[in-house]
Amino acid sequence: MTTTQLPSRRPAAPAPGETTPAAARRKRPGHLREQLSGWGMIAPAAVLLLAFVFLPAILGFGLAFTNARLISPRPVEFVGMDNFARLFTDPTFWRALLNVSYFAVVVVPVQSGLALAMALLINKKFRGVNFFRTVYFLPVVTSMVVVSLLWLFMYRKDGLINELLSTFSFGLIQGADWLNDPATAMPAIIALSIWQAAGFHMIIWLAGLQSISGELYEAAQLDGASRWHQFRYVTWPGLKHTRTLVLVTITIQALGLFDQVSVMTQGGPLDSTTTIIYEAVRSGFKQQETSYASAISLVFFVLVLLVSAVQRYLTREKD
Amino acid sequence: MNKRFTRILATSIAAAALMGSLAACGKGSSSATTEGTKEITMWTHAAGNPAELAATQSIVDSYNKSSGAKAQIKVQAFPQESYNDSVVGAASAGKLPCIVDIDGPNVPNWAWAKYLTPLKLSADLSKNLPSTVAKWQGETYAVGHGDVALSMFARKSDLAAAGVRVATIEKPWTKEEFQDALTKLKALGKWQYPLDMGTAGVGEWLPYAYSPLLQSFGGDLINRDGFQSADGALNGDKAVEWAAWFRGLADQGFMAKKSGKDSTQDFLNNKSGILYTGSWAGDKARKALGKDLAVMPSVDLGNGPKIGGASWQWGVTSGCNNTDAAMDYLSYSLKPENVAAVIKATGGIPATDEAAALIPAFAEGGANRIFMEFSREFAVMRPETPAYPFIATEYGKAVQDILAGADAKTVLDKAVKAIDANIKSNGGYKN
Repeated sequence: MTTTQLPSRRPAAPAPGETTPAAARRKRPGHLREQLSGWGMIAPAAVLLLAFVFLPAILGFGLAFTNARLISPRPVEFVGMDNFARLFTDPTFWRALLNVSYFAVVVVPVQSGLALAMALLINKKFRGVNFFRTVYFLPVVTSMVVVSLLWLFMYRKDGLINELLSTFSFGLIQGADWLNDPATAMPAIIALSIWQAAGFHMIIWLAGLQSISGELYEAAQLDGASRWHQFRYVTWPGLKHTRTLVLVTITIQALGLFDQVSVMTQGGPLDSTTTIIYEAVRSGFKQQETSYASAISLVFFVLVLLVSAVQRYLTREKD
Repeated sequence: MNKRFTRILATSIAAAALMGSLAACGKGSSSATTEGTKEITMWTHAAGNPAELAATQSIVDSYNKSSGAKAQIKVQAFPQESYNDSVVGAASAGKLPCIVDIDGPNVPNWAWAKYLTPLKLSADLSKNLPSTVAKWQGETYAVGHGDVALSMFARKSDLAAAGVRVATIEKPWTKEEFQDALTKLKALGKWQYPLDMGTAGVGEWLPYAYSPLLQSFGGDLINRDGFQSADGALNGDKAVEWAAWFRGLADQGFMAKKSGKDSTQDFLNNKSGILYTGSWAGDKARKALGKDLAVMPSVDLGNGPKIGGASWQWGVTSGCNNTDAAMDYLSYSLKPENVAAVIKATGGIPATDEAAALIPAFAEGGANRIFMEFSREFAVMRPETPAYPFIATEYGKAVQDILAGADAKTVLDKAVKAIDANIKSNGGYKN
C-alpha cells in the first residue's frame, strides 16, 4: 500500500510557479538512475515489511471480529464484538493489564536511570573503560531465554540468591521462594529484566552524552560550575532527544513483556505474572483460539499506540 | 514518461512482495508435488531423541528395502516442542506429509479437523493394549507402538524402615494408607519432602499426571456422555475433594508446591522418598537402585487407581495421495519385531504381547512387566473429544492455581465455564 502511494505524492509537492517537476528532472540526466537505485534499496525492506508486518497486522485486525480457530473444519464466521465482550469480562485479562502496568511503571524509571548512571560512569577516558563497557553490555547480547533459564536456577528456594542472602546475613534471612510466591514473582522478573536490558539503553545514553560538545563543559568549568551543576545545566538539557527515545523504547518493550514469563512462570502463580502478550500466545497457540488471540493483540496495539502518543505529546518540542 | 516509469516500478515492487509471500507459502508444496506415488514423507517428533529416531529409521529402511514396499518412505524429524506447531502450520497450508505421529489425546482434535483419515490396516489391532489404539466416533485414526504408565517408585529399605508395606496391583494403597505412609516416611527425617509428584512439570504433564487422581476420586475432566459440558465433573464435590487433598499434600509438608526440575534425579539422589512418575524412568531407577527399587501402582483414592492412557501414535493424513502405501507401511511397522525395536529405544510399554515376548524385560516375569499390567488394569483414556487440547490447558492452569493456594471451587468453576464456552463456540465439536 505505502509503496504505491509514495510516487504519486512527489509530483504534487512543488509549489505553483516553480519549474515543473518533469522539467526539473530533464535537466538532471542522472536522476532516473538515482531514483531507480532508491527504489531498489527500499525494495527488500518493503517486501519484508509488507509480508511480515502489514499483511499479518491487517489479517489480525480482521480475525479479531470472527470466530476463526487455529484448527477447525468449520468455516470462519463474522461474530462482531463477541471476542471483545468476552475479553473485557475476563478477570485474567484485567490482571494481565495490571501486571504489565506495574512492570512498566517500575521498569521505565529504574532501568533508564540505571542505564544513565552506567553511561555516565563509562563516559570517561581511562584505562580499561572498554572492559567495563563490555561487561555492562554483555547481558544484552545474551538471549532473554538463556538469561531466564539461568535466573530460574538462581531464584529457586535453594538457589544462589537465597544461599547468598543466608550466608551474608549469617543465617538470619531465609529468602523467599521467589518465583512461586505471588508477592515476589513479579518483582523477581522485574529485577531480571532491568539487569538484562539496562546495557542496551546505556549505549543509547552514551551516544547522547558523546554528542554534547566538550566546549560547553569547559565553559561551565570556567564559570566554576560544580559537577552537579554541570550535569543539571549542560548534560541533562543536552540529552533531551535521547531521553525521548529511551523513554519510548523502554515503555514499548515493557508493555511487550513475554519471554521471561513464558520461560520462568507461565503466568503463575495465581496470574501474578501473566501479561497481555502471554495471554495472546496462550489463547492463540495452546488453546487454538486464533480470533480471541487476535482480539487481545488488537487491544494491545491500541494500548501501545495510546501510550506512545501520550509520551510523544508530553515530550514534544515546546518551542 | 517518468511518472509511468515510477508507477511501473511501484507496481512491480508490490507484485514482487506478493510473489515473495506466495512463494513463501508455496515452499512447503514442493515436497507434496515430488511426493508422487514412489516416495512419501513421514514426520516424527523424535528429533531430540536419537535412539527413538534411529529405531524408527531402521524400520523405515527395512521397509524401503523390502520387496513388497509400495513406496519409499522418507523420514523428517522435528524437535518435540515445535512438532505440533509444524503440523498445524503445514495443515493450514494444505501441505501435510502422508504419515504423522500424534500425541494420543490430540487424535480426536486432528481427526475432527480432517487432518487424519481413518486407518485401514492389514495388521490386527484387536490384541493391542486398548490405550494404543486411538478411536473417535467409532473409527480408528491412530495406532501406537507402545504406551507409558504412571507409577510410584520408592526404596524398599525406606518403606521397611518406616514400617510401610509395599503396595501391589492386587492391593494398592488406599487414601488413608497413603496418608499414613507419608506421615511415617516424613517422621524418618531423611528428606525435606517424602513425596515428589513432579509439580514443576508443565504442559501436557499436568493433565497426564493429575487428572487420573481426580478420576480416582470420582471426578473427571468432562462429562463423557456426549462430551458437551464439564459442569459437575470438573467442579463437583468429588473434584473439590480432590483439590483439597492434592493441596493438602503440600500443606502438610509431604511434597513441594514446585518440585525440582528433574524429579527422577532428585529421587535417585535421595531427595525424596516416593516418586510419582512414568514408566520411562523405570530403567534408570532400576539401574541405580537394583533390587531395592519398589515399583508400585498409583494410589486408590476411592475408585481404584487410575493412570492416563495413550502415548505418541501414528496416523495417516487425509490429503495423502498414496494412502495405500502409507497404510501398508504402518501395518509393516506394527510387526512384533518392529514394535520391540521401537520400545527398546523409547522405554515404553509394548503394544502387544507378541512384541513383549521379544523383550526380556517385558516378557512374563520380566522387570518391566508390571508397567504393562498397570496399563491394562488402570489406564483411562484422556477424554476422546476434539476439545481435549483446550481442556488440557484449562485443567493444567487450574492445577497450578490450586497448588499456589487459590480457592479450589472458584478455580474449577472458572475452568468449567471456559471449557463449556469453548465447546459451545465450536458447535459442540460435532461434524
